[in-house]
Amino acid sequence: MVEEVVKLNNVWVQYDGTPILEDISLSIRKDDFLGLIGPNGGGKTTLLKLMLGLVSPSRGQVTILGQSPEAGRKKVGYVPQHSLFDRDFPINVLEVVLTGRLSRTRPFNWYSKADRRAATEALQSVDMLDFKDRQIGMLSGGQQQRVFVARALVSDPRLLLLDEPMSNVDTPMQAEFYELLERLNKHMPIVLVSHDISAVSVYVNKIACLNRRLYYHESKELTPEDMEAAYQCPIQMIAHGVPHSVLKEHTHE
Amino acid sequence: MIDALLHYPFMQRAFIAGLLAAVACGIIGTYVVVKRMVSISGGISHASFGGIGIGYYLAQYISWMTPLYGALIFTPLAALVMGIFVKRTHVAEDTAIGIIWAVGMALGLTFIGLTPGYTPDLFSYLFGNILFVTNSDLITMAALDAIIIVFVLALYKELLAISFDQEFGTAMGLPTERLYLMLLCLIALTVVLLMRFVGIILIIALLTIPTATARQHTHSLKKMMMLSILFGIASVIGGLRLSYEIDIHTGSGAMIILFSAVIFLISTVLTRFCHRRHLDIEVPAE
Repeated sequence: MVEEVVKLNNVWVQYDGTPILEDISLSIRKDDFLGLIGPNGGGKTTLLKLMLGLVSPSRGQVTILGQSPEAGRKKVGYVPQHSLFDRDFPINVLEVVLTGRLSRTRPFNWYSKADRRAATEALQSVDMLDFKDRQIGMLSGGQQQRVFVARALVSDPRLLLLDEPMSNVDTPMQAEFYELLERLNKHMPIVLVSHDISAVSVYVNKIACLNRRLYYHESKELTPEDMEAAYQCPIQMIAHGVPHSVLKEHTHE
Repeated sequence: MIDALLHYPFMQRAFIAGLLAAVACGIIGTYVVVKRMVSISGGISHASFGGIGIGYYLAQYISWMTPLYGALIFTPLAALVMGIFVKRTHVAEDTAIGIIWAVGMALGLTFIGLTPGYTPDLFSYLFGNILFVTNSDLITMAALDAIIIVFVLALYKELLAISFDQEFGTAMGLPTERLYLMLLCLIALTVVLLMRFVGIILIIALLTIPTATARQHTHSLKKMMMLSILFGIASVIGGLRLSYEIDIHTGSGAMIILFSAVIFLISTVLTRFCHRRHLDIEVPAE
């Protein structure tokens, strides 16, 4: 039997009475590399926050590794969206990665040797160990993103969530970054939020589309009807440039 | 000045007060600068005037009450109100700061008006006066320094994490809002600590200038704190000496700040001159 890492059962989320997510049911299994696409404001980040226990459902149930999201959070690695951060901030790469251990440390204690060892290993796994003493703002966007992945990996997670990780990464570096994620996917399921359909579809093995409601068939295919419903515009506009592996072939083709 | 330091107790007290002030400024100023809390700190320091007024007023009825103790109780409360305003309501941060800033000062003026008689050292709370630093002020300052050091040592990694990336801190299960409010309270304590020394109007300068100078020389938060303390101490020594030489004791706070500004200016020129080539190579083009 394939282990279910995430399970959402008919989940609804509302802010001030406005529904953000409606009736979402979703299972994420051990080998999944799920690309989550959808228009801006469609609730993609909210869905990730639901899995982290940062947003509570108004109805329905979220289970992470058989536990509540608050309890399961320690086993989830998270790479938040990073449009805004102070490039001048006085913090080096190793210190950034160490903050990923905070869910298992206590106040009044400094980071332990085990914490430092884990941080070194995480940096090694994303090929950034040579940069450990660099100030974070000195790195390129792609290198910074690798550091943030290391920060997510340092807690030894069973699930990895990434929110728009490519927004700061130069196009030539993106393929390399996706290859890193493919490698990590051998050990844990990954959920990757993106608005860039064509880039995502090459590397992921499952794809879902979210706009308040979730369009998902536990496969790498979405129907044109799904896309039309989610994006609320004619399918040709979206299908342009989308590899056929994502969209089911049209009958007239 | 060495002579004066040996012979006049008020100079000794001023010197010790300066060292105690530099420690608090270096540590808390670092958070103020890197977490971009300069305007909220300005708001807190001006709002503290409310506590001074209440202290004057209550001193008629309560024997142990002084303006300083009034500020010690009132300022953290004002900081908390400001923080909760910013975090929990839809009021914009700069609006909340503007409101608490002015309301605090208005409260201070009102209570001073209600207090019968003349308030002789009012001016010294606004602009500082080292002649007025008493032994009990020194003890209060040392105690506040101790509180600040204990909190920052205990929560160093948590404060670093939320200053750098608050959202990730929340995802790690850190109580980010409580940590932020605690930081505001520590700023409030620092304000009270500096009050006798440079006065509430000039506090913001000592919270920012030594740290801004330190920032030009390091990329580590820890080193930034230590360097800020050193620059703070240098400013205190330089400023006190200057005010002693040109004999304007009442303006010693101003002298200290002008001296720290000169250090900042020299440091800025030197870093631009020395690091230009190094920066050109290191920073990747965006």
